[in-house]
Amino acid sequence: MQPTISWRSFRMAAWLGWLIESNWTDPFLFAVYSIVKPISGAAILVVMYSIISGGNFDNAMFPYIYLGNAFYIYVGAVMTGVSWAVVDDREHYKTLKYMYIAPIHIPLYLLGRGVARFVTGSIAVFITLAAGILFLNVKINFAEVDWLLFFVTLILGVVMLALLGLLLAGVTLTVARHEGFIGEATAGALYIFSGAIFPLDVLPEWLRPIGYFMPTTYWLELLRRSLIGNVAEIFPTLAGFSNLEILGVLFGLSVLFGAVSIWVFRYCDAIARERGLIDRTTNY
Amino acid sequence: MSNSLAIETQDLGRIYKLRGSRKETRKELVALEGVNLKVERGELFGLLGPNGAGKTTLIKILTTLLSPTSGWARVAGADVHAEPESVRPRINMVSGGESSGYGLLTVRENLWMFSQFYGVPSKEANERIEALLAMVGMKDRMHTKSSDLSTGLRQKMNIVRGFLTEPDVLFLDEPTLGLDVGAMRDVRRFILDWLKADKERTLLLTTHYMMEADELCDRVAIINKGKVLACDTPTALKQRLQKDALFEIQVSPLNGLTQQMLVDQPEVTKATLTETETGANLSLSLVEEAALARIINLFTQKEIQVMNLRKREPTLEDVFIDLVGRSMAEEEKSGSSE
Ligand SMILES: Nc1ncnc2c1ncn2[C@@H]1O[C@H](COP(=O)(O)OP(=O)(O)OP(=O)(O)O)[C@@H](O)[C@H]1O
Ligand SMILES: [Mg+2]
Repeated sequence: MQPTISWRSFRMAAWLGWLIESNWTDPFLFAVYSIVKPISGAAILVVMYSIISGGNFDNAMFPYIYLGNAFYIYVGAVMTGVSWAVVDDREHYKTLKYMYIAPIHIPLYLLGRGVARFVTGSIAVFITLAAGILFLNVKINFAEVDWLLFFVTLILGVVMLALLGLLLAGVTLTVARHEGFIGEATAGALYIFSGAIFPLDVLPEWLRPIGYFMPTTYWLELLRRSLIGNVAEIFPTLAGFSNLEILGVLFGLSVLFGAVSIWVFRYCDAIARERGLIDRTTNY
Repeated sequence: MSNSLAIETQDLGRIYKLRGSRKETRKELVALEGVNLKVERGELFGLLGPNGAGKTTLIKILTTLLSPTSGWARVAGADVHAEPESVRPRINMVSGGESSGYGLLTVRENLWMFSQFYGVPSKEANERIEALLAMVGMKDRMHTKSSDLSTGLRQKMNIVRGFLTEPDVLFLDEPTLGLDVGAMRDVRRFILDWLKADKERTLLLTTHYMMEADELCDRVAIINKGKVLACDTPTALKQRLQKDALFEIQVSPLNGLTQQMLVDQPEVTKATLTETETGANLSLSLVEEAALARIINLFTQKEIQVMNLRKREPTLEDVFIDLVGRSMAEEEKSGSSE
């Protein structure tokens, strides 16, 4: 893997991804969309919470849910962003075969395509958090925030999500139909098993191991702890673990999932070449 | 490249596994079988064959998109299956008849991006883009979003994309498919100019237009049902039939003369007969030119008048008929009804 090839694959893909992502003929529309969408997502959650809790926004459960939901935006953005590039290039632009025969590094190309989604996702997360703090009484004491832990966790998590995206991209390559759903379905399933809006302990006992095996569980927990440490720690899921222990588990699982993702992608890539799927298009 | 071969294949084969939609009824489809080709550097090589002959399959294998199921292929000195990373920097490919590209990028942006994936310095890339677009008469469209281009112009942009990276070996899959006559001519001239500019450049194109293969290509492989039936220069291919004399004859009503009666003549090797309003058109292939006199004699006996008579040079179509036993159009029809 030559560094110049890897770098140009990633850089040009990021450039392309950004042009596609920011392709809004009207910048005003773009702004409205990137603000309204995350806020309406959060609003649904807030309404549901207030019905269930009888409007008790002082309960510690509320910031737990709110932050989990806000950072979960990254899962949809980064993970599905990377895998969606396969669908987009193959079905929509019909360029995937030309990318494949170019002297580039396809995994880094796909990861590059996710960069734009990371940027727009970050904006959405920021807006959601700001709205929560300003209007919904989500209390974050900025003096007590563990910024180092926050950024280390954030970056590690985003890399982990991008690699999971690569795994989905590989599966997408080999699947014959409805491949667009793979990303969405996985993101949806992970929502339940990552403690995003409720502790894992709410799940039936036999389903919990799935959650404990998912790096996203530890990632969301650490993000919450870094921002609202005292509140987040009282939740049962990982109460017995220190921040460092959780970081260790997150790191270990990320390496494991990352390695599996790369392996799965290579395997699927070989299958796609064997079956002639790289330029296959479904006739909708 | 150490040797002078741009493309070499040995017993190359490809079988597709087809899955039945309901049951797992596995069927196999032989798309390519025992293909042996050697293409020299600097050649313009044509693959000529009807729909489903296996042309695209062969290109996909040679461009590292598809693995062969038997045999091997080397392009630009490297094995396409084992060392795709060595092959890719030296090739490019364009498929005709499809509109690919990022519609929301301008023509220049689309092309520039691909040049960057090949590591062409940005300034040089821009110069090449301008020059190539000028050559296909699209320079004024450089800043048009490619989604706003007509299908034909989009195809031209796609063709420029292939040439832009100055590949050692360029693959064009039906480059003129779906273009109007003028654009077709532009593209053919462009191909020849590009090859002339550098004697090391190799180009392999597929087509099912006989004339295109005949006029453009240095050598042509005729391919049908996955097999290469003949491979030579167009002239040499046609010379195989030269021993036959071909005549197109327009006659008055046949007065009971049938195709069978013509074929039964010892000097007639092939005869087709189509009746028209005023009589019939005959296409005859005779063992020698002198035999024509006896055929004319036959007409006289039957009181058939010859209205027009023309000796015809053989075309690649005749070569195909000679090899396969029917015309390419008939072959395509029979294929689609299977
Ligand atoms: N991915 C695939 N899976 C199964 N069968 C395939 C696949 N691709 C091609 N085939 C079959 O293989 C045969 C050869 O197809 P190919 O596309 O190579 O022909 P072609 O010469 O390019 O034809 P055309 O002139 O129509 O482009 C055809 O019968 C086709 O249906
Ligand atoms: Mg084809």
